[in-house]
Amino acid sequence: MAYHRRALRLRKNIFVALFGLIFAAFMLSSLAVAPAAHADEVGTDEYDYAISGFVKFQDEPLDGVLIKVEGNGYNAEVKTGADGKWKIGVPEAGTYTVTLVEDTLPEGVIVAEEGKDVAEVTFGQSKTKAMNFFLGQGERVTVSFFDQFLDRAFNGLSFGLLLALASIGLSLVFGTTGLVNFAHAEMLTFGAFMTFTFGPVLGFPIWLAIPIAVLLTGLFGFLNDYALWRPLRKRRVGIVQMMIVSIGLSITLRYLYQYIYGGQTEQLPGATGAEVITVGPISFTIVDVWSMSISIVLLFAVAFFLTRTRIGKATRAVSDNSALAAVSGINVERVTSIVWIISGLLAGTGGILWAYFRPGVNWDMGFQLLLLIFAAVILGGIGTAFGALVGSLIVGMFVELSTLWLPSDMKYVGALGILILVLLVRPQGILGRKERVG
Amino acid sequence: MDWGSLFTNAAYEIISPTTAAYALAAMGLAVHFGYTGLLNFGQAGFMAVGAYGFAISTLTFGFPWWAALLTGIAASVVLALILGIPTLRLRADYLAIVTIAAAEIVRLLFTTNTFAAVTGSAAGLSGYKTSWQAMNPIPAGNYNIGPWVRDHNEVWLLIVAWGLVGLAALLIWLLMRSPWGRVIKGIREDEDAVRALGKNVYSYKMQSLVLGGAMGAFAGMVFVLPRSVQPGNFQPTLTFFIYAILLLGGAATIFGPIIGSMIFWTLLSIFSGFTARAVEIGWLPFMTSLQAGQVRFILVGIALMVIVIYRPQGIFGSKKELAFVKQ
Repeated sequence: MAYHRRALRLRKNIFVALFGLIFAAFMLSSLAVAPAAHADEVGTDEYDYAISGFVKFQDEPLDGVLIKVEGNGYNAEVKTGADGKWKIGVPEAGTYTVTLVEDTLPEGVIVAEEGKDVAEVTFGQSKTKAMNFFLGQGERVTVSFFDQFLDRAFNGLSFGLLLALASIGLSLVFGTTGLVNFAHAEMLTFGAFMTFTFGPVLGFPIWLAIPIAVLLTGLFGFLNDYALWRPLRKRRVGIVQMMIVSIGLSITLRYLYQYIYGGQTEQLPGATGAEVITVGPISFTIVDVWSMSISIVLLFAVAFFLTRTRIGKATRAVSDNSALAAVSGINVERVTSIVWIISGLLAGTGGILWAYFRPGVNWDMGFQLLLLIFAAVILGGIGTAFGALVGSLIVGMFVELSTLWLPSDMKYVGALGILILVLLVRPQGILGRKERVG
Repeated sequence: MDWGSLFTNAAYEIISPTTAAYALAAMGLAVHFGYTGLLNFGQAGFMAVGAYGFAISTLTFGFPWWAALLTGIAASVVLALILGIPTLRLRADYLAIVTIAAAEIVRLLFTTNTFAAVTGSAAGLSGYKTSWQAMNPIPAGNYNIGPWVRDHNEVWLLIVAWGLVGLAALLIWLLMRSPWGRVIKGIREDEDAVRALGKNVYSYKMQSLVLGGAMGAFAGMVFVLPRSVQPGNFQPTLTFFIYAILLLGGAATIFGPIIGSMIFWTLLSIFSGFTARAVEIGWLPFMTSLQAGQVRFILVGIALMVIVIYRPQGIFGSKKELAFVKQ
């Protein structure tokens, strides 16, 4: 997670000079010993597949750090070489657990985030897999609870805003057609992959690749409706049936993405390594500023569209009661098409921002967010756009702030827990109306 | 190129323990979804608590296999109760979202490093089979089952797994022709009508959730006996595949889930075997062997869509028992 590294970078600055010196000395001494101090490759001759990595701290390679790989009934260990590199051959593609033995790190260096000394590696397309650990200072500089709270709340706001972009489309589609679209998350992934395709792959500048990707996702949303959902509505297919169809679509698209792009995680330009800006206790990058600005502008645009334009009012009317809207002369199918396009545009943008927030683009990145989107939509009141916005901000904040108390690998548990609690106490959500629960 | 093994491997999927596990899980879903009309999208969660209940009680508390089995079942009953209390009054699509969320909570709790000492976190658990294998009455050695040679542990697992499938089928058959089954099916068709007859719909739904969930827990245990417990195996996609199996066979049928599971696994095996070999000898030059493995899941997704749209009753189902089509 980007913000953890940001927080670390803050602490690092204090010690940077000191450690630079220590590691320069360390490097010199290890060079002096002999280059063949450690076997830094194990099993690479016997096996086709390999996991490799580069253990470094503040750009200095670390020597003699013990790495263990376990999984699929196989285990091996290796020490990093003087160049900080290690490589372990594994018998088959699959999932392996890679452990960095913290005791073997030099004094004063630890794995940056607690619990991140163990990681899982799954082979995708390639025969080698890189696994790097983020190292940080051993001496923990204590940050006051209030400062931590502010920093996390800022992240939560950023996350909540991008979640809102993703949620509003789902909620509008539900409102107008009654469909709970499990394949909505795949539109997010689509937006991110299109940005990746037009940006890094085809070489377009990023400011051009992003709008192209967003427009294509809008088109994708339209095609979803035009080619699949509209014919199903014409056949009068039931809502539960449509929901299962959307699950089928979700599976199809996810594995199609994996087929085309492989199982690995790619980065969009500027997603990593941006300069950290610090304002009081809050640290962020220019990417966060862009992300939040884009979200806020788009959310205002949606609000304007829904409350001030004719077609937006028609959308709300259809969402409220589509039969009544139809008899009062609103073209429900046209409104539905527009809702799908908007849903696609917003989801595409949300997906790109999510790719910057995580950071990374991979085949199931959207699906990882799907349940949080559901939580946000239900919390706010399913079928209402403003409910989705409120719900998203609450869920986003909650997810980030919960890391003050919960370990970060459990932060989604809290958000999914409130989803269940809301249904227990107020199933129609914050802004929803009771009759929708039926 | 060994084409013969393609078919013997695929044919083994008809009787493999994994097929039996998926069949059991699908039968649990048949009780929930096919007979009661409950849209449970958290079957993976029931399988996870069953598997982890078995493994953790063996490894951490040293329970013998039968106590471990009871723990797994008890865990699934508890999950059903926790899940059922807030959600069984809700509309179908809400229930779907809550159950999938609950299953994810379960999976995340088993994955987190916080409880790694007990759950093994992302690496999962293994080594819980000793007591189970010790009570195996079959003498050690290799046995011929048709064209396949399997060791005594696998044979024992096959007997138990398919025995469980048979018992579950018998149980569902008996229940669904009993007064209890008629109430359950009545709830699926028209909840209000059943309520008007003075039945406690909520309580019946809860009983159905517990019963199907317990079958899910059995499925989870059968699923992990030939392998290790990995939290990554219990993702929502597992539930989706079980839905595909159930809808392929027929949601409100006894044999639908069983035959569905056999067809699902056999086709997957034939397909992956075929594409892998075809890629190897250069018939599909545009595809790598890894991609060949993914094509089958693309096809599972498409098959799920096509079945639900064009033949929602599945292979064995009757159009009369399809409350979910018109809602």
